[in-house]
Parts: sequence; structure tokens; C-alpha cells
Amino acid sequence: MLRTIVSRLLQGIVVVFCLLLITFVLVRLMPGDPFSGEKAHSAHIIEKNKERFHLDKSYPEQFSVYLGLLIQGDMGDSPVKEQPVAKIIEHSFPASLILGIAGITIAILIGIPAGILSALKKNSYIDYGTMIIAMAGISIPSFVIAPLLAGHIATRVPFLKVAGWGDPFDWILPALTLGLGTAAYLARITRGGMLEVLNQDFIRTAHAKGVHPAIVVTKHAIRGGIIPAVAYIGPAFAALITGSFIIETIFQVPGMGQHFVNATKDRDYFLLQGVVILFGSLIVFANLAADIVLVMLNPRIRA
Amino acid sequence: MVYLLLTACGLALVSCKGDPPIDTYTEKKILVLGNSTEPQGLDPQIVTGVIESNIIRALFEGLCVEHPSKQGIHLPGAAASWQANDDFTEWTFQLRKDGKWSDGTPLTAEDFLFSYQRILHPDFGAEYAGMLYYIQGAERYNKRKTEDFSSVGVSAPDPYTLKIKLKASIPFLPDLTKHYTWYPVPKHIILKHGSIDQRNTPWTEPENIVSNGPFILKQWRLNDYIHAEKNANYWDKDTVKLKGIRFLPVSNQYTEARMFFNEQLHATYGLAPEMIEHASNHYKKYLRQETYLGTNFIRFNVTDPTLKELKVRQALALSIDSEAIITHILKGGQKPAYGMVPPTEDYHTPNAVSFDPIRAKQLLQEAGYGGSKKLRVTLLSTDREVSKRLSEAYQDMWKKHLDAEVSIEQREWKTYLSRMSELDYQLALGGWIGDYPDPTTFLDMWKTGDGNNRTGWSNKQYEALLATAEQTKDPDARLRILEQAEALFLSEMPIIPVYWYTTNYLLHTSVKGWHPLLLNNHPYKFVDLELSDAN
Repeated sequence: MLRTIVSRLLQGIVVVFCLLLITFVLVRLMPGDPFSGEKAHSAHIIEKNKERFHLDKSYPEQFSVYLGLLIQGDMGDSPVKEQPVAKIIEHSFPASLILGIAGITIAILIGIPAGILSALKKNSYIDYGTMIIAMAGISIPSFVIAPLLAGHIATRVPFLKVAGWGDPFDWILPALTLGLGTAAYLARITRGGMLEVLNQDFIRTAHAKGVHPAIVVTKHAIRGGIIPAVAYIGPAFAALITGSFIIETIFQVPGMGQHFVNATKDRDYFLLQGVVILFGSLIVFANLAADIVLVMLNPRIRA
Repeated sequence: MVYLLLTACGLALVSCKGDPPIDTYTEKKILVLGNSTEPQGLDPQIVTGVIESNIIRALFEGLCVEHPSKQGIHLPGAAASWQANDDFTEWTFQLRKDGKWSDGTPLTAEDFLFSYQRILHPDFGAEYAGMLYYIQGAERYNKRKTEDFSSVGVSAPDPYTLKIKLKASIPFLPDLTKHYTWYPVPKHIILKHGSIDQRNTPWTEPENIVSNGPFILKQWRLNDYIHAEKNANYWDKDTVKLKGIRFLPVSNQYTEARMFFNEQLHATYGLAPEMIEHASNHYKKYLRQETYLGTNFIRFNVTDPTLKELKVRQALALSIDSEAIITHILKGGQKPAYGMVPPTEDYHTPNAVSFDPIRAKQLLQEAGYGGSKKLRVTLLSTDREVSKRLSEAYQDMWKKHLDAEVSIEQREWKTYLSRMSELDYQLALGGWIGDYPDPTTFLDMWKTGDGNNRTGWSNKQYEALLATAEQTKDPDARLRILEQAEALFLSEMPIIPVYWYTTNYLLHTSVKGWHPLLLNNHPYKFVDLELSDAN
């Protein structure tokens, strides 16, 4: 097990490195630079600023300078925001982490019970109803749900605000928007997984032996039925933590998602690279964590 | 048990329900403003945008201060008084003796000398250093043609006197000193955190920053808010009514409007065109539509084989119906533009462009188009929603009036800028906001090789007129020469002026002392908050 984890971590480092290299090159190939703006600046000023960030050097030279910084634990400075990238990430990561945890919690609390219920009441109104709602949850984008929640819920419920990130109540609506889509996927995946398990011989045997149906479900079916859902939760959690540009801008959440979009638009090379390293690492870790949980749940894949 | 839980939840809800948040802030005298996006920084000598200037204006103060309601009147700021020589080329500012930094250190002329040296220092690389090129020798020093800062026309004969020698006649220098590039920065703090030519030092962090304006920075939470508090060491602290200002970087205009209507903001930064009508019908008392010193236009690449023909450019210009654009798309009370410089009481913009589709068609025929030879051009636009709608309207007007085939190229912002700078376009949307209320802020950019020209247009006579205006002592005569220059510029039509800007935003009725200003640069020290029944 330990050997697998170490090997997967080493693979993860390679993945993140490749991701960084691709981002590094692609963002520099885009037209414009971090210093171009609506009001043009003198050529000598732009040259000076390029020199400051080593952008006057060749790509291999720039990359080696950047790697040198990374090895020292420095992600460089944002040429657009004039601040260390690490500081920008440090300030925005907590909001994303809170939102991600709240979002995945909502997704799990809604999605998995809905999926199990749907599977148990297969082809009933409950099943159809749940799956219609789940389909709607998957299909309706967050930029539709978010303004609806802000405009109709936040304005009616006294302790909710239409936007802002001041107190824990402010987490509710963005987390709900973020979690609903994932909940819908989870419900469908859980239903599928549960149906597969419920049709298996050992479940039929348990029923035949007169085991209480609730025990059959809770003790035998769920363990196997939620395996596909667990495999999905890992990367979904990483995706939720990395934030959502749309949800962040609609609910005014000071998270990471907007940096990902804005850094690309602003050609903020160093911020984008920093965010990509973080997102890449999170996805690697989340997948690894999901795999570990899967091994624990499913003895058959223990090597 | 369930009953108890329900009761507890109910009590929790009731206890949370209180006054709208904005009333609480009003009572505390804290002004809460939407400010579009996270600022690029708070160093007045590094930043380049309106968003940053809105915050910096609270923290720092220039030699002169904007009057809260009257354009063109300069109030004393860091300077108690000032005089110019006859031809406005030499100015003397007497700094106030009670001027202090927020840490109590006296603010002296030496701070100004340091500030001007810093922003002009070639190794500092200030993007807006050009704003100080009016000073004798400033450009040479900035471009490293001399290493000697004493060759730059600023001096301090004594700690409270600042002398500025200009390279030309600049009667509007007091206006320039209100721009953040001319603000003083604290030498003793900046040098504590780095050298004069070093950027990105932590001196603007809340725990380090020292400023000379009516407010000081207290909290800076990235992408959340910036909070400034009243500066107890400010020379005119008795005038300052507010106890604090909170700037919120709300980039989504719909979110911002929702926050305003939900009583979370005293003022929005802007208002989406689609919401203006709604606000006008339902929230008239909050809607503000004010003239803003800016021009929207379409650039021509005059080096393009099709568009180097003047008659083609004129035909395209005369077939734009600005009134229709304003009425149906912008809806914000903008004014149709007939020139580049927005007109003022003293400056009469030459009336060069008006909607005339019949004449437009004639001009296009004279240029050799018509019948089977259709005019085919491409319009470069940005990916912003309003740009998309404007481009489609132009495309439709040119099709209707000139039977021209116009294709639209929508590009994201940096690509659009890069394409324009490289003259890799035929027609492109454009706009310009004045830095100070003088025609030159709209006319200097069209000089040959200016980075903002981006049309390939060049005219020696135009530049000679601008140079003559620079040397003209009489302010009225100077404006007449600038009018001539603009008339010449418009006759060659490297751009189509479309409309003059307005700002549309929402302002809460509890905000007092906030009046329309051309540059929207409200001096916060005159702003007050009062709870009123009208809320």
C-alpha cells in the first residue's frame, strides 16, 4: 500500500510538472503581455518591466529561473498585482477551501441519500421524481441557479445576503449553488451503483435468509453501491475547492476561481502558474485519496 | 425536543433580522462603495487605473484638491497656496506648515522631490511616468538621457516651498497635481522598506503604509474589501465627516446592483446598460447619470489599403447614427459625439461628424464603390457584452446605408490591444477617458508614434499646432489653437467619434456632499452620511 502511495505521488509530481510546463509555454504564446493596457506605456518602461520579471529572456531561460525560484519555495511575484503569488494564494485559498468543503458536504448529504432512495424505489414516482430533479441539477448551469438564489432566497431570508463573505451565513448560498450540481451527479452515480449491487446474488441470498431489508441495504448494499460515487467524490472535491469563477463573482466570494480566469485574461503569467501548480496538486491528492478509500471499501482491489 | 429546536431556530432568525446593513454603516459613518475589481496595488506611482485612484484619493492628497461640486476650482491640499509666472511655465507652491504624514512626520517639499524622482527614476519603470513629462527635463531623466536629477525642473528652496519649472505653458497644472501620479509618497517609509527604484516592497501593506490624505489604510483583504479609517493627523480633519470608507471589489455589475438594492452598498461603481431602464422606472431616486470626461470612437487603420482613402472613412463615419446607439443600446444619457474632445464652456469642439446617410453613400460612390464593387471591411471588437452589441449595430448601419459587408472579429482584451498596437486591423472599437480636464489629454495621443495613437495616422501640421499651443501664454488663444488642431484631425478622420461618456451608477440617498464631477473623482473629505426617512 505504502509503495503504491509513494509511486502515485511520484507520478503526481511528473503530472504537475508537465501541467506547469504546458501552461508556462501556452500562456506566453498568447498575444499581449502583463504590461499592455488600454493606455499604452512607453517602450522603455515596458522593456524595463519585462527585464524585472526576466520576460526579456528566452523561454528555457525563463523556465529555469522560475524553477530555481520554486525550489526555494518562491512562486515569484505577480507582474499585474505587484504582490507575491504565494501571498495572493494564501489570501484566497481559505475561502475556496471553506466553500469546497461546504459544497461537497451538501453534495454528499443530498446526492447519496437521493441516489440510494431512487435505487431502492426503482421505477416508482420517487425514483422518477428524484432523477428528474437530478437531471435538472446537472443541466441547469450555476450562472442561472446563483442569481435565482441571490434574487429570491437571499432577499427573503433575513440572515442571508445577496453577496458578500462576512459571516458563516454567507457560505450557505454559494455552497448550495456549488454543491447542487455535484449532488445531482452523485445521485445518478449512486443510483447506478446501488442498482448493480442490489441485483447481485449475495443481496438476494441475504433477503432469502430473512435478513431485515434495512440491514441488507445498510450493511451489504451501500458498501458496494457507493464505490462509483466515492471514485467521483475525490476529483469532484478537488474541482469544488479550486473554486468557480461564476459563483465567486455572483456571490462576491474572495476565492481562487477568479484568479484562474483573470490571470489568464491579464497575462499574469506567474499567478497563473502558481494557481495551476496548486490546482494540479489538489487534483493529484484528491484522486489518490479517493483511490485509498476505494481500496478500503473494496477488498477485491487490494493488491 | 423538536419544539425546543424549532423555537431556538426561530429565535436565531429573529435575532438576525435587524436594520439593513447599510443603515448600520450609515450610523457608524462608514461609506461602503462598490469599486469594480481588486486594485492592481496602492502605490500611487505604480498603479494606472480608475479603480486604484478611487482608493488612493482617500489615502493621499496632492498639492491641490478637487472642489466637491465645482469643476475647475482648485482647493488647497498639501499646498496652502500657489502662484504661476506670466506664461504658466514656472509655478511655486507653498506647502502648509501643518501638513503631516499619518504617522505625524512633517510633510515637506523634500517628500515631493523624492516622489518625483522616484516616479521618474528609469529603473523604477513607472507606467505613468509620462504624466510628469510636463516638467522640464523630466522625460530626459526618465529615459536615462541624464543621470542627474538636479537637471529636472523641480526644486525646494526651503522645506515648505516647492518650485516647478515646466517645459511649456501649462495653465492647468493645478488640475494635474490632483492626479495620483503627482501625489507625494512618504520618503521615510519607502526607504525603510527598499530603495528608491525598487517596486513591490511591502510599504503599502496596512501595517506599514503612511499617507497624507484624509484617510489611512486599515485593512486590505484581497478580493474581499479594503477598509480605510479617518486620519487623525490630517491637517483638515475637522472637515472630514466620515469615520471610514470600505471599498468592495464587485466585478459583476448585476451582483453589485443586487447588493445595492439589498442595502449592502452606498454606491455602485457602475450600472449595466440593461439595468438602467429598470433603475430609472423603479429606483429613480438612486439613479445617477452624469457626464464623464471620455469619448467613445471607432479607430481606422489609415495604413490599410481600403481605409487609407479618406472618402471611405468619411462615408463610414457619416452612416453611424449615434442617437440610435444611445437610445437603443446604451440607454445611459450619453451624448452623440461630433468631435474627439468633449466640449466645455471654454472649449468649442469642431462640429465635424453628423449622421448623414445620403452624403455617406455619395462619398462611397466617389471613392469608387457601388454596384458589384462592395465595400468589405472587418471591425475588431472586444469580448465585452456592450462592445458586441455596439459592433452589431455598426455592422447593421453600414449594411443598411452603404451596403457594406462588415465582419466582426471579437477578441479578448489583451489580444484586441495587441492587434491594435500592431495595426493588425481595419476598424476597431476604441475609447478614451481624460486624465485631467484639458483638451490636450484627448489630442496629444494622436501625435506620431504615440503608443495610444494606434491608427497609423500622422500629420506634421497637427503636431506643429499642438507645439504652438504649448508655447502660447494666453489661455484663450491656446484653446483656439487646440480647436484648430482638432478640426484638422477630424478633417482627416482617423477615427469616428461616436458618443461622449456618462457614468451611470446608483447612489444611496443617505450619502450627502456627493456631486457630479467630470472625472468622477469625488473628494471624500466632503462626503457625509445621514440616515433619512427617504431611505
